Amino acid sequence: MTETQERSVPKPEFTDAEAGAKVFPDSNARSYNYFKPAKRKQTHYEDVTVEVQPDPRHYLAQGWLYGFADGRGGYPLDWTALKAWGSDRPEPERFPGSGGKGYEWPAHGWHEFRDPNEEWELTFYRYNSNVVRQVNQNVENARQAKAFEQWNPNWVNFVARNVGAWMHVDHGLGLYLYANAQRRAPTNMHNNAISVNSMHRIRAAQDLALYNLTLTEEVPGFDGSAHLETWNSDPAWQGVRAAAEQLTSIWDWAEAIFAGNVVFEPLVGELFRSHLVQQIAPRNGDFVTPTVVGVAEYDFAERDLRYTTAMFGLLTTDKEFADHNKSVINGWLAKHVPTAIDAGRKLQPLWSQTDAKPPRFEDSLDAAKSRFAGILNSLHLDVPKELSQ
Amino acid sequence: MSRQSVAKAHQKIQELSWEPQYHTPVSHYGTDYTFQKAQKKDPLKQVLRSYFPMQEEKDHRVYGAQDGAIRGNMFRQVQERWLEWQKLFLSIIPLPEISAARAMPLLFRTVPNPELHNGQAIQMIDEVRHSTIQQNLKRLYMNNYIDPAGFNSSLRNFQNDYCGTIGRQFAEGFITGDAITAASIYLTIVAETAFTNTLFVAMPAEAAANGDYLLPTVFHSVQSDESRHISNGYATLLMALSDESNHQLLERDLRYAWWNNHRVVDAAIGTFIEYGTKDRRKDRESYAEMWRRWIYDDYYRSYLVPLEKYGLVIPHDLIEEAWNQIWNKGYVHEVAQFFATGWLANYWRIDPMTDKDFEWFEYKYPGWYDRYGKWWENYNRLSKPNGHHPIVAENVDYVYPHRCWTCMVPCLVREDMVMDQVDGQWRTYCHEECRWTDAVAFRPTYQGRETPNMGQLIGKREWETLYHGWNWADVVSDMGYVRDDGKTMVAQPHLDLDDPKKLWTLDHLRRMPEVQSPNVLLNQMSDAERAAFVADYNRQGPAGRPAPAAS
Ligand SMILES: [Fe+2]
Ligand SMILES: [Fe+2]
Repeated sequence: MTETQERSVPKPEFTDAEAGAKVFPDSNARSYNYFKPAKRKQTHYEDVTVEVQPDPRHYLAQGWLYGFADGRGGYPLDWTALKAWGSDRPEPERFPGSGGKGYEWPAHGWHEFRDPNEEWELTFYRYNSNVVRQVNQNVENARQAKAFEQWNPNWVNFVARNVGAWMHVDHGLGLYLYANAQRRAPTNMHNNAISVNSMHRIRAAQDLALYNLTLTEEVPGFDGSAHLETWNSDPAWQGVRAAAEQLTSIWDWAEAIFAGNVVFEPLVGELFRSHLVQQIAPRNGDFVTPTVVGVAEYDFAERDLRYTTAMFGLLTTDKEFADHNKSVINGWLAKHVPTAIDAGRKLQPLWSQTDAKPPRFEDSLDAAKSRFAGILNSLHLDVPKELSQ
Repeated sequence: MSRQSVAKAHQKIQELSWEPQYHTPVSHYGTDYTFQKAQKKDPLKQVLRSYFPMQEEKDHRVYGAQDGAIRGNMFRQVQERWLEWQKLFLSIIPLPEISAARAMPLLFRTVPNPELHNGQAIQMIDEVRHSTIQQNLKRLYMNNYIDPAGFNSSLRNFQNDYCGTIGRQFAEGFITGDAITAASIYLTIVAETAFTNTLFVAMPAEAAANGDYLLPTVFHSVQSDESRHISNGYATLLMALSDESNHQLLERDLRYAWWNNHRVVDAAIGTFIEYGTKDRRKDRESYAEMWRRWIYDDYYRSYLVPLEKYGLVIPHDLIEEAWNQIWNKGYVHEVAQFFATGWLANYWRIDPMTDKDFEWFEYKYPGWYDRYGKWWENYNRLSKPNGHHPIVAENVDYVYPHRCWTCMVPCLVREDMVMDQVDGQWRTYCHEECRWTDAVAFRPTYQGRETPNMGQLIGKREWETLYHGWNWADVVSDMGYVRDDGKTMVAQPHLDLDDPKKLWTLDHLRRMPEVQSPNVLLNQMSDAERAAFVADYNRQGPAGRPAPAAS
């Protein structure tokens, strides 16, 4: 709240305090030495991420200082049912004269996760600025080229209602699944990756909302509030809505991320985006909507899914708890796959609402299912029987 | 975007939120506050379409400055005295930043106004920005500054060092306990609104005066996000105030948060600014002067006091008492002296004060030399190993202090120390207000009212407990504050790197008496011994001097 005030500064003084000016113990020790890099050399991403969130199992000698009402502080490992090797060892006891040492770093397998997207401040803002610039430009070019004039009334209606409805999915999950989950995972690597995921979804929601605003202004007959009615009461969307709500009701953070990114997104998100909107928009003379929806598609397929498979892949191949984790995850699959399939099936009427027709619904659903099966396969998980519904 | 289109865009994104119909969202956090659901205006009007490019533009400036600093070899002009303290500061601050990100969802379910959640999510990612941009700055220091020791071990060190532990409150207080106490009052209303001024504005100005213009570049960029966060907090505070039944809790939380922030932030930042600088021009503001302007005038008079008309009970007494501590009781000087006493348990080097420093202190804080001058002369005398112990084990008229159980800064203003038996343990507190925080505020009932969501103070809060009965050399190895020759310490009580014989090693520590935990000893005393201990302790000081012999 205080304005920065210029202050007079003393004359520069030569101190020769630059690297290499003298030789002494540690004078060349110029890398963070408290963690082992995942690959041979430590990366910039690791340097700005690893160990920022401390852990009483290794270095945090005095333990967490503030707890909830039940006396537990920090990031309890049992905020998920999954386990990484070492999770079951008791927290090191500290007492008078115990010393501070915990287990040798990393103490447990959770610390081995690295975000393959290597997201931190610099990469995050660069990527998302490019996205909003690109979306802006595409929509603006289309507006100037009067590209929307070619849309027929059925398509106008489809975009207003259905493409519009998806903004609510992105917004609700962005906040109440992803942003919520980034308080709960045991390492900074997990939580930062999840917060980036969260912002992708919140941004995608705004991308759709603002696109909707432009269309309201540009396209005669475009009903800018139709998305609300669709989301609130169109029977075709109530399965998606119930599924999204179910996702925000999950207590276990890893289950929430898994159900969101491994189950819901491939079976519902991609079914809608990739196997419906992206397929039929061009056939209905719309080359703009695919560019807006495409960035969200790319966010998920190329980035969010990538960190998710890295995160869960470690757990399903864990040297101590692989079987335990797989059986927990199988329980999650049994719960969330039917909900997702149901949500997808309820969307079926959308496949016949436009003049130029998309592929058959069953073909789209099959494509989504086989994509989902492929992801499970890469995680060494079996396809659940519920998928055949 | 034009102003008009921003307004329209903002209006449009209000359509995004929706109420669940089929499932109840998970509720991970509790609060004893009550909020009425009411249509509220998002105070920030932040649309990501303009937010991302704005942040990217700020980045260009930060990274441009960093390239320039390296090309221009900024480190040839950086004061080592200053940069050494950054080993402490930059080891701590990325955690509070990231904890602020983690704190945001504590407010989602407890403050049922979806209009505010958008701004909170943006704050979340701002804080990820702050945390990683600061880690990156530290990395740059490690790579380019003469002495990387302490930067290279930073995040291990801050987890096991007692100074890191003090600073950690500034993070853990955001993310635990009653959701509103933590993420709104402690984090936003006090830490961000009041104390980021000293952290992110006053301190960087001091950095510039010590030849480092990168710290200001990074931290002004961080601070530029802060006004949005302050608006987040203000909106929540006004909502809390609108329900009469919250006033008692607001009063409690403001007292706790204010006092804890004062104890922790003024200890650390005060020390950096007063004892970490080489700028001794008389016209440069002292920490006390900065505090008076930024905390007292700008925060207290201009921000807090106007809230009184909405029913907020403001801790006027504690604001005056914090000032009293800084101005009359030498709080910052006592802390700096203690950090220097304990230099051997740290991971940075502390430069002795010179005549030029003495003169400045005397000018800014009349009476300083009488209190602290002799001790700093001793510090200087004992700074190079020469058959003597580190200063903590030498007789320099300094009584090693007890820790405050609550704020974990030692009880340095000796007359203010209070003792209490809490949870079956005898504990010392630096001040009655810290005793109250532990014994009264952080409890499941407050003034007869059920407060089942209030957090707890936990952990091994006295550092010395862990090393009770240990040899100092083993303590320092256990913590890992040793350089790559396996024996030279990371910490040194001087800045001279020319001659290896002037550097302290584990061998020098081996001969010292063992570490004793004041709290363990306190709990071994009889009641009579404890009473005598308190009476004596309260007569000690200033500058840690033993109590005068009874006359
Ligand atoms: Fe911040
Ligand atoms: Fe205290």
